[in-house]
Amino acid sequence: MTATPALSKKDYKTDQEVRWCPGCGDYSILNAVQGAFSKLGKQLHETVIVSGIGCSSRFPYYMETFGFHTIHGRAPAIATGVKTSNPALDVWVVTGDGDAMSIGGNHFIHAMRRNVGLKILMFNNRIYGLTKGQFSPTSEQGKVTKSSPLGTVDYPFSPIALSLGAGGTFIARGIDVFGPHLEDTICKASAHTGTALVEIYQNCNIFNDGAYKGFTDKEVREERILYLEHGKPLLFGANKDKGIRFDANFQPQLVTGADLGKAYVWDETAANVAPAMALATMNEAEFPVPVGVFRRREKPTFESGIQAQITAAKAKKKESLRDLLFAGEIWDVK
Amino acid sequence: MQTTSTTSASHDKGLQDLDQVVIRFAGDSGDGMQLTGDQFTRTTALMGNDIATFPDFPAEIRAPAGTLPGVSAFQLRFSSFDIHTPGDAPDVLVAMNPAALKVHLPELRKDGVLLLNTASFSALDLKKAKYEKDPRTDGTLSGWRVIEVDLEQRTLEALATSKLDNRGKERCKNMYALGILYWMFHRDIAPTEKAIAQKFAKKPELVEANLMAMKAGYAYAETTEIFQTAYRVPPAQMKPGTYRNIMGNQSLCLGVVAAGQKAGLQLFLGSYPITPASDILHQLSTYKHHGVVTFQAEDEIAAVCSAIGASYSGSLGITSTSGPGMALKAEAIGLAVMAELPLVILNVQRAGPSTGMPTKTQQADLLQAMYGRNGECPVAVIAASTPADAFEVGYEAVRLAVKYMVPVVVLSDGYIANGSEPWLLPDPDRLPAIPVAFAPEGQPGTKFLPYARNPETLARQWAKPGTKGLVHRIGGIEKQDVTGNICYDADNHQHMIDTRAQKVANIARDIPPMQTIGPRTGDVLVLGWGSTRGAITAATLRLQQEGHEISCACLRYLNPLPNDLEALLRGFKKVVLPEMNKGQLAMILRSKYLIDVQSYSQVNGQPFKSHDIHAYLQKTLASLGSTGSAKETRR
Ligand code: SF4
Repeated sequence: MTATPALSKKDYKTDQEVRWCPGCGDYSILNAVQGAFSKLGKQLHETVIVSGIGCSSRFPYYMETFGFHTIHGRAPAIATGVKTSNPALDVWVVTGDGDAMSIGGNHFIHAMRRNVGLKILMFNNRIYGLTKGQFSPTSEQGKVTKSSPLGTVDYPFSPIALSLGAGGTFIARGIDVFGPHLEDTICKASAHTGTALVEIYQNCNIFNDGAYKGFTDKEVREERILYLEHGKPLLFGANKDKGIRFDANFQPQLVTGADLGKAYVWDETAANVAPAMALATMNEAEFPVPVGVFRRREKPTFESGIQAQITAAKAKKKESLRDLLFAGEIWDVK
Repeated sequence: MQTTSTTSASHDKGLQDLDQVVIRFAGDSGDGMQLTGDQFTRTTALMGNDIATFPDFPAEIRAPAGTLPGVSAFQLRFSSFDIHTPGDAPDVLVAMNPAALKVHLPELRKDGVLLLNTASFSALDLKKAKYEKDPRTDGTLSGWRVIEVDLEQRTLEALATSKLDNRGKERCKNMYALGILYWMFHRDIAPTEKAIAQKFAKKPELVEANLMAMKAGYAYAETTEIFQTAYRVPPAQMKPGTYRNIMGNQSLCLGVVAAGQKAGLQLFLGSYPITPASDILHQLSTYKHHGVVTFQAEDEIAAVCSAIGASYSGSLGITSTSGPGMALKAEAIGLAVMAELPLVILNVQRAGPSTGMPTKTQQADLLQAMYGRNGECPVAVIAASTPADAFEVGYEAVRLAVKYMVPVVVLSDGYIANGSEPWLLPDPDRLPAIPVAFAPEGQPGTKFLPYARNPETLARQWAKPGTKGLVHRIGGIEKQDVTGNICYDADNHQHMIDTRAQKVANIARDIPPMQTIGPRTGDVLVLGWGSTRGAITAATLRLQQEGHEISCACLRYLNPLPNDLEALLRGFKKVVLPEMNKGQLAMILRSKYLIDVQSYSQVNGQPFKSHDIHAYLQKTLASLGSTGSAKETRR
């Protein structure tokens, strides 16, 4: 972002006491969002944050912008109304894996499909926090929770793969503990005109502590995280000595040593969704975990299409209220 | 347009004056009965008659041809006097096949005219219509004046020179039937010529064939001996002004668009297709040149949610639906109540429960509209009573929603939505003003208070995002009054519950007093709401003429109820309330006023017939000792 920061992080803080559990990953996300917003060059009153229900959805109360804390799962639908009716607003949705992937799944995929200019921050902690610890659609199979004492039978899905399938135009992943990377990813999402999804891996230290430990802990991080960088080969490891390539069927393969040169060169703007889909569905145990931008393709937004039709219709036909009412076959009675 | 010059010269048979006629067209869903009825209606409206219509069609787009469930009908009544309903028993039945005959003959008035298409009376056709024997030969049709015409054969002959294939030609048989009726009822064919030319502008061969068929039907009636007399129904004495024939869904749309313009607001409709409300979505989507945004959402919930989002950002959010959709929207309406945002919910009721009978009418969503949400969740509820009345009701809904910052449910129903009547067009300059004042920019150093209230209405300010100095947070969680901060305090919750209720109750000070037909005291008051109005009015007028002390009134405002309603109810020995539900408004009134309101319930998917209401009221009056002066008058 080149715009001069007009506001500081502090300007985005509200007078409300933040009420997440101490140690919750949401704190670092709030910090990253406030950091990103202070760099975006927007004014407070130009931004609207719409949320659903869940721990994450308390977010608007802690941001000194317009905020609408709505009902479970419906934030993308409400935000679509906000953005379509006033495209000049900067509209963000804050949601969670239960809110967006379960009860609100339908609104989520259709926002993606329409390419409404919403920035969706989905906090994925792979659990229901606010209702005290039931499994979510992103919980791993076999997870033991209060509602699955013998382990879940459900299979989880990948929100990134779902979004790719729904035709999303900006799809990225960040992690709560990778503050600067997350802040940067949020800035990139903001720069996108259509629907932007940032899935944020978030630790719920009360009900699902350590869900992401296996790849976020300082000791393993370098070896387990694959940073997606546009135009650069898919390399990872402290010494960048491992890479990912795809076979003819777009199945990922690890490459090392002399084969490192065969690592796939990442293109987040590619028309073909297969590489992004392959990364989104890579087995977490076997492969590194990708973070960064999976896909970024510009496409006209929903609201611009709607506004263009209205502008064209107004230019083509001027009709007074009287003419509208006194239309069709009318007759006079004396 | 009140002369019939095209046709009058050509009548050399008898011409008889009538003051009203009820015609029912019935055929297969694919027979074009709705189009035929619609054409007859337009022509008749232009000729200055009062008219009321009742389309009655199956839910299936094309049910299997020739079967009983596939029958589609269109009833219209036109007259030389002011009418309130599309009539009860038809005087004329046009039956295009045995199935249509089977379904509708029982309702044809004794001595009435049956125009029967004899083209499809094979054994199979009869079987599909569940006739064991041919009804034409077994005495079934005795007691009616039967005119048998092989419409298909006649139409094929008439279209000998047309370029259409035989199937295409046969499809013009409805126009042949229309031509016959135009002759019988002395109608001008010019408006239909114009309408058909427009409808098929891109297919000249269709225009030609349809018009040829219509004219051939007209000529056939004129020349053959089966038709002895034509009838004339002179124009009605209507209030001076400019008229347009209008259907309920249409006028509801015009009402909200007019209100949006008066208020200076952009309209945003979020909707999901549902019978019988889809036409609202269709029609509003043609008003882009008036700045109307329409959003076909992924589901009913997204439809209402997008409308709430639009209202939040300063547009007027509207959502249109029917009962099942209303059920899905309940939680979101509750959010709009909590967020205290304007929202207009158009519920075109249909026969439930569940999927029920989507194309049939009912008024059974009243309690749902009033109470069908979690918590104490009051909204304003108003009801349209006729197709033309829907304009005013749509307009009023917008006025109330923005003035009180509250969701307003408009109840219409399938009968109003698809029925039509002449509408005396309002002068747009004299429509009531709808002032809207958004919260102004905040001053630096001051904090915006989203729940500070107008002391008179209790409405909070409408604060548009994008306005400097107004940043604030709202939501579905209970909040402190004035500041809007999340608040679980016991006293505050009680206060907010009371405030939201009082805000809706305050609307009662803002609505006109009850109107009655007849004196404000007497033996019986027939109270109605919504589309029962026409049948109630017709029955009451007749009973008044028969010498009874009976009056009627129609409620537009269901929540809150008018302040003078209780006194009005207490002015009568008995209050009778006909409803197309199991007594929902009766229950509300009984509990609110402790008055023994007598419910007259009919829930069969059909509108009340005025003669049924008349008969019911006669019994009630008799039980009160009122016998009237027993004058016979017209229906
Ligand atoms: S329950 Fe979990 S997600 Fe919710 S606030 Fe506590 S730690 Fe955070």
